[in-house]
Amino acid sequence: MLIHAALEFPVWGDPNAPAHLHVAPEYLERAYEETATPNVVTAILADYRGYDTMFETAVIFSAGLACFFLLRTRSRKDPGDRFFRHLATDMVIRIQNPSMKIPDTPYLQPMDSFWTPRSTIVRAASRVLAPFIQLYALYVVAHGHYSPGGGFQGGVILGASFILIALSHDLRTCMRQTPEKLIGVLSPAGVLFYAGVGILCVLAGGNFLDYGALAGWFGMAREAARSLGILLVEMGVAACVMATMVIIYANLSSAGGHRQGL
Amino acid sequence: MIWQLDLAILTLVAICAVAAITVRDLLGAAVLFGAYSFMLCLLWAIMGAVDVAFTEASVGAGVSTVFFIAAVFRTTRRTKD
Repeated sequence: MLIHAALEFPVWGDPNAPAHLHVAPEYLERAYEETATPNVVTAILADYRGYDTMFETAVIFSAGLACFFLLRTRSRKDPGDRFFRHLATDMVIRIQNPSMKIPDTPYLQPMDSFWTPRSTIVRAASRVLAPFIQLYALYVVAHGHYSPGGGFQGGVILGASFILIALSHDLRTCMRQTPEKLIGVLSPAGVLFYAGVGILCVLAGGNFLDYGALAGWFGMAREAARSLGILLVEMGVAACVMATMVIIYANLSSAGGHRQGL
Repeated sequence: MIWQLDLAILTLVAICAVAAITVRDLLGAAVLFGAYSFMLCLLWAIMGAVDVAFTEASVGAGVSTVFFIAAVFRTTRRTKD
């Protein structure tokens, strides 16, 4: 019976199918004058389907949360042999006694237990590259109105720049730049920022995530306020996605220990 | 659009997809999945869906490949089945 009903469907890719006759042209024609956002895809994702995007961000956050709860270990059990590199002589020291404390000197550098060669070219190249990747990610977030991109892509690229540092150096360097507490706060803060913009719209007298209601507060036209609202929620999405990417990578690659990664 | 180019990329997508699920080495499967995502991203860019292509390039080909490789690195490299 289902197959019989499916035979009555419009032909696949038929331009005269009902879905293509009413909804799509409506969006294409009215998106710009309603939201002042030239990129219709961004307008649909962040404005018309704002609820969808908010809960997608919540899904990303819960993925990071699940990774954290499943993998993160803070146990004080035997960390195994520890390796340190004496920087002046390039000798490697192996410490088997787990209770032995190592003073925090600049001469001894913690090492991963498997052999990692000092690849100066890879390290220098990724250290130079990372700020440009981050700048590009911020451009993608902020320019999502006009060109392809937006919060999700920008956030992923931003997170990837930190993952690049973790891959080329080691996980400890990455976690010094993005401390676990910072990214742990940033991930839910992104979702809450998104929802907060929605609640701000309610306080301004509109519906939830109806950015046009913010026009009165910012003293601008209704369309410009919608455009600004999209930018604000994209920033929330980017913060959440970036933090979640780093959380997932750090927990996955170090099996929750955050001691040594890939 | 150049249909020969489309066909070549589509063939590569199909080959990568089949190879990614048949190969027994999990690390190889992760790399093949990244290649599959990248080819799919090219296909989407050709079709004009630039936003989707962008997402596929950053998430599918970029970060998820790293996640797969990290997971393979911490578990086993061979499949049991």
